Amino acid sequence: MGRLFLVKGGQVPMTDIIEHTESKHSEPKHSESLTRVVIRFAGDSGDGMQLTGDRFTSTSALFGNDLSTLPEYPAEIRAPAGTVHGVSSFQVQISDHDITTPGDAPSVLVVMNPAALKADLSRLEPGGMLIINSDTFTERDLDKAGYTENPLENDSLNGYRTVLVPMTSLTKEATVPLGVKPRDADRSKNFFALGLISWLYSRPTESTFAWIDEKFSNELVRTANKAAFTAGFNFGETTELLDHRYEIEPAHMPSGEYTNITGNTALAWGIVAAGQLAHLPVFLGSYPITPASDILHELAKHKHFGIRTVQAEDEIAAAGLALGAAFAGHLGVTTTSGPGLALKSETISLALSLELPMLIVDIQRGGPSTGLPTKTEAADLNIAMFGRHGESPLPIVAAYSPAQCFDAAIEAVRIALKYRTPVILLSDGYLANGSEPWLLPDPAALPDISVEFATEMNHIDDDGNPEFWPYLRNPETLARPWAIPGTPGLMHRVGGLEKEDGSGNINYTPENHSKMIHLRAAKVAGIANDIPDATIVGDEDADLCIVGWGSTWAAIDAAVQRSRRRGTKVAWVHLTHINPLPKNLGAVLKRFQKVIVPELNLGQMTRIIRSEFLIDAKVVTKVAGLPFTALELEGAIIEALQDPPTAGDPGVVASSVLVSGDSEQQGAAQ
Amino acid sequence: MSDTITITTKKDWTSDQEVRWCPGCGDYGILQAVQMLMPELGIARENTVFVSGIGCSSRFPYYMNTYGMHSIHGRAPAIATGIAVARPDLDVWVVTGDGDGLSIGGNHLIHALRRNVNLTILMFNNRIYGLTKGQYSPTSEVGKVTKSTPMGSIDPPFNPLAVALGAEASFVARTHDLDRKHMMEVFRQAHAHRGASFVEILQNCNVFNDGAFTDITGRESRPEMLIDLKHGEPVRFGKDNQHGVVMGPDGQLRIVEVADVGDDALLIHDAHRADPSLAFALARLSTDDHSPTPFGVFRSVERPDYGSGVAQQLLASSAKKGPSDLKALLRSNGSWQV
Ligand code: SF4
Repeated sequence: MGRLFLVKGGQVPMTDIIEHTESKHSEPKHSESLTRVVIRFAGDSGDGMQLTGDRFTSTSALFGNDLSTLPEYPAEIRAPAGTVHGVSSFQVQISDHDITTPGDAPSVLVVMNPAALKADLSRLEPGGMLIINSDTFTERDLDKAGYTENPLENDSLNGYRTVLVPMTSLTKEATVPLGVKPRDADRSKNFFALGLISWLYSRPTESTFAWIDEKFSNELVRTANKAAFTAGFNFGETTELLDHRYEIEPAHMPSGEYTNITGNTALAWGIVAAGQLAHLPVFLGSYPITPASDILHELAKHKHFGIRTVQAEDEIAAAGLALGAAFAGHLGVTTTSGPGLALKSETISLALSLELPMLIVDIQRGGPSTGLPTKTEAADLNIAMFGRHGESPLPIVAAYSPAQCFDAAIEAVRIALKYRTPVILLSDGYLANGSEPWLLPDPAALPDISVEFATEMNHIDDDGNPEFWPYLRNPETLARPWAIPGTPGLMHRVGGLEKEDGSGNINYTPENHSKMIHLRAAKVAGIANDIPDATIVGDEDADLCIVGWGSTWAAIDAAVQRSRRRGTKVAWVHLTHINPLPKNLGAVLKRFQKVIVPELNLGQMTRIIRSEFLIDAKVVTKVAGLPFTALELEGAIIEALQDPPTAGDPGVVASSVLVSGDSEQQGAAQ
Repeated sequence: MSDTITITTKKDWTSDQEVRWCPGCGDYGILQAVQMLMPELGIARENTVFVSGIGCSSRFPYYMNTYGMHSIHGRAPAIATGIAVARPDLDVWVVTGDGDGLSIGGNHLIHALRRNVNLTILMFNNRIYGLTKGQYSPTSEVGKVTKSTPMGSIDPPFNPLAVALGAEASFVARTHDLDRKHMMEVFRQAHAHRGASFVEILQNCNVFNDGAFTDITGRESRPEMLIDLKHGEPVRFGKDNQHGVVMGPDGQLRIVEVADVGDDALLIHDAHRADPSLAFALARLSTDDHSPTPFGVFRSVERPDYGSGVAQQLLASSAKKGPSDLKALLRSNGSWQV
């Protein structure tokens, strides 16, 4: 669940779980109460698994469960049907208490075809429930999935509770009498699966029917989908394969109004809000790139907020548009993913030299190059920190949960405007597409982040006449005045050439260049006085401190809780501001014997912490296109505490989550 | 923002910065023409923005007492698009060169023209890289011997006007640095045009490519080499207007003697023709710098400009969805109470 982090003095919250399980029985089929369940829907890209997952999520959100989702889909738009390559899946954890992750291993896996079974079986927990669309286990489909033997006919599924359901034929039976062509009936089978799972987990059905009515304009499609859903639901009630259903009570969440939100939507809304809070029109220059395009799509819908969105000719132009708009007095924003950030680098350096506010959003994905466009990674920290020519520091803010992307966007814009600097906001594919319930903030309680444009001359020339100096700084923030075209008397020229502090005239002297470089660095460093201190979550007297940043928050949160419940002392600091870092961070970390940094890269933040504070921080690394599981990080905590004291040890890697074949294993590598 | 236009003079439009082009450079004449024209346009300095990229020509904004940005190599059209779309109330000028606009920034130039962003784009074409000390440019003739092409360049050049026309530019013109009156007239029309105006200015780089255009623009050669296009008039030139341009049955333009074909056979220039093929043919009439070459406005057609389109969508969206409401936005995907 996402919470509002206050712009100042806020701290990253940790959830608190008390797990309990109790059973109650009722007739005709009794139901069992669970505290949480992790369900994974897997099928071919064409099987509508994202839609099924989304729908199940929305129903559960409306029901009042806490939840977290992990959609995974192939990079190809139409990957070859029936192949492992083309499997699309959606994992969701729902619970009756506060949770942050989509769960490590699913306890229920719904597979629509052999390829999905092949791709995802290894993720299912031992003894987990496997619900299979048995109609698709034909020779042809088995062959496409690469099975030489039918797994339904050998013992490979022993150890799971397997439920075979002929979903395709049951869907046909339910829909063809209504006038649906047999071929089209196939398209409703995901609603059969949704109906069955909705029965199994005692989900209310009204909201799904209402949603079908709204979503599908074709009446026959509406009818078919509802019929398939009902057939799936009734199948659960009558089949002897399932002897009881489950219930997950609503979570005890703080009272208020909630919506279910993905990271990209929250981020887009954060930009909308930031424009309102700054009283500035938003101008987005963007070029389509996965997984950032949804922000462009979302913002393009909200023109009545005065938001201009321009789909530029390329990534470079997208940044140029935002910078031009900023010069003209708008809130200039550009959104992208790793490869696009590389292309924007030169423009960002100009923005930094012009000292104009601008927001650059990077939704990180697996790299380098095109890499894994639809999978998550957090390996753009280096390029965000250092990926520009010359001495070019800029502030970096990192979002840590889907809903928190909203606050992170506002905070990044606040810094950009106040300090007249480009700011990079880092999110990633996992946050972008993952969702969670969000306690809606009261817009009136959001911070005022407005700044003033210059309207008056600010200097007297040698002859005693007033003039305008575009680089005469605010002594406290070191920000320069923002004088926009249209303001009489303040005409001035800015450019990429080195300029004289104050007057802004071109100046190449050694003294001036040195002064300007130091001033630009000091301005960014000074922001440390304007961001929250690092706060310790967990045991202040622990030997081990975990430093997290970005989307690892969810898995760290779960791992820290589990470790502490087992009696292991552990402390945790989660960073929302990456540059500058909180000014107490060094002192805080030096109190601990050991520091580990879980990262979805090979240790980019670890290196920063080591070099900034001369602390022997070690990385826990995973670069598999997937987020950490809580189990992996629990293992890393144990391992770190077992290690002999790290002083003098030249290695930087605490542990490395290696992913081999279809299964994820945790291995130690020093 | 300010509505009152005070009467200005050239001096008011001149910044206090020392002009730093090489003595004798053609850029001085262009700067003069622009600074002299501005007071005549009835616009306010504070509502005027000059944006440039990198190169000799791109120093231009520093010398204008307006708002200005000296940006990144090739990126001026993109940055200027941001300014013009954000603020349709501003007069936005782009100053670029053949390397800046057609090489490193080619993509931004063609898209600014395609979108018809309300920009006045002045491209100083000297067929050479000046600021980096004399490498061949994308408009250098084949065989150009420079420091980077000691055995002569191999790649054929762009024809800037043909590129602009191919990019659907709604206003395309050519002038040269030796005729201030002609420059001012072309700039005036380019500025008056709503949408993207593209002006190629043949400009002499006396240090690295001296005399590149002398055969056409030199005082002596002009009468026989410079074809002055006038909308609605026959295309003819020469000391005694004795030469003319006709369109052959194959659609090809040819230079002829008027005496041979008669007045009525001459091509009548039509800058407002929706179809750009005539302008294209005129743009390609001369393929070198030693034959008769058309100058003036090749094409000037009305087409909706991008910034106005963006502004209209904003208004239409407000009319449909009402005033912005953050509270409602946050609930737009459904919400529930706990
Ligand atoms: S190098 Fe050529 S174009 Fe550049 S300023 Fe000197 S003469 Fe002018």
